[in-house]
Amino acid sequence: MDNHKMIPDSARKSNICMALFGVCLLLLGVMFIHASIQRRTGNAGTEHMAGLVKNLELTDLCLFTEARYTRNLSQADLHSAFQDHPSSLEHFPAGSVTGPPAGIRRINVKLD
Amino acid sequence: MSNLIEKQRSILDFTLSSLMRRKAKNISLFLVYSLVVFVLGSAMFFTQAMKREASLILKEAPEMVIQRLLCGRYEPVPLDYLERIKNIRGVISADYRLWGYYYDPAAGSNYTLMVPRNNPPARGKIVIGNGIARNRMLYREDILSFRGYNGINHNFEVDDILSSESELVSADLMLISEEDFRDFFGLSPAAATDIVATVRNQKELITIANKISELLPDTRPVIRDEMIRTYDSVFDWRGGILIVLISMAMLSFVIFAWEKASGLSAEERREIGILKAIGWETSDVIAVKTYEGAIISFFSFCTGLLLAYGHVFFTSAFLFAPALKGWSVIYPDFRITPYIDPYQVVVLFLLTVVPYTAATVVPSWRSAIIDPDSVMRL
Repeated sequence: MDNHKMIPDSARKSNICMALFGVCLLLLGVMFIHASIQRRTGNAGTEHMAGLVKNLELTDLCLFTEARYTRNLSQADLHSAFQDHPSSLEHFPAGSVTGPPAGIRRINVKLD
Repeated sequence: MSNLIEKQRSILDFTLSSLMRRKAKNISLFLVYSLVVFVLGSAMFFTQAMKREASLILKEAPEMVIQRLLCGRYEPVPLDYLERIKNIRGVISADYRLWGYYYDPAAGSNYTLMVPRNNPPARGKIVIGNGIARNRMLYREDILSFRGYNGINHNFEVDDILSSESELVSADLMLISEEDFRDFFGLSPAAATDIVATVRNQKELITIANKISELLPDTRPVIRDEMIRTYDSVFDWRGGILIVLISMAMLSFVIFAWEKASGLSAEERREIGILKAIGWETSDVIAVKTYEGAIISFFSFCTGLLLAYGHVFFTSAFLFAPALKGWSVIYPDFRITPYIDPYQVVVLFLLTVVPYTAATVVPSWRSAIIDPDSVMRL
């Protein structure tokens, strides 16, 4: 282990590794700071959309426009996929990333 | 103290040299490991940010929407329901909404037609979302022709285009006057799409929803909290094909990592035997293996996480777009506001770094405690 004394400190692998470790931690820190700054500056856009939602009385995000019941998920018929029965097979790709709105189903069990 | 630090640095030097000797194996492990963290991290960042965005945007959605069901389907609601809802104690206001869908064969896409309560467009004019404008290459004063319910074509002039910043809620919107809406869809003046109501006390929302259901048994109230929860469930960590795919990738990685980490090669065993024979202690051998696992997993974790952050928040999760777009022709062009939940980052760290590091230690401890002579003979 004394051999290391012959090698300059800067060339030791452990030093390079620790430096990289520091860089990674720094980048992770920068990531959190960037997210925080973006959240503050991005609020204007979100507020603008919230304003539009209030003004137009919108109920849903415009994420899946392929079918009427995927466009307004919260307003869809209870059993919209194939209109047959709850959780029936979905033929639109959006059905693979969205489930039947559980909240709506729950409240309607109580209300209907 | 300085001796201890120097010893650990020397062990670290040795570990790094050892890793460099098996470059191909370790680089491939680093790449697969980073990829798994990248995919998991991307899904985590995306779902968290979208859930937050949805809850912030929809906090201004109507408090309660009352739909009418007929033959189990969603049907226009008669306007005389309005007075009956207004008369319920606790309801401050109730008003009707006019909106519907139109399939545009020219673009092959669905539009959401809506009559705004405030400042509706003049007759014959429409305000369109940026998604429609982009898709149909429309500008102000352009004319659009749509086929009405009775087969007659209606011409509409584009009066304005909604801002591109609001695409997440307005990409496919088409704002239209009430007269045009009723003419176009043939909707009776005595009916509307649904009713929105506001209540005096938020705590009474469920009670009032129940009252409406009792008073008008063919209606279904949907409260704002449910609208927000819908998006929670859409982007929920548990749901969706992305997570299923990720689980498969995760499982493959676990098998891959376990095999790589737990099964020491003959060369590694011999190395441990030599180290023991020249006087290394068992704890030093375990330290080398722990460092190996920790170095690979830590750097893979950081690389994967940083790439995931860039992917979701700088490129709007372009790899996930095909899964989200599906068959949609109009898809909003939106930038997601970054939101990182530190708790989830810690969970991801614990789920990826700790098991791998632990998996490398156990087999090396087993090899380190047996006789060096017998290990070297293997």
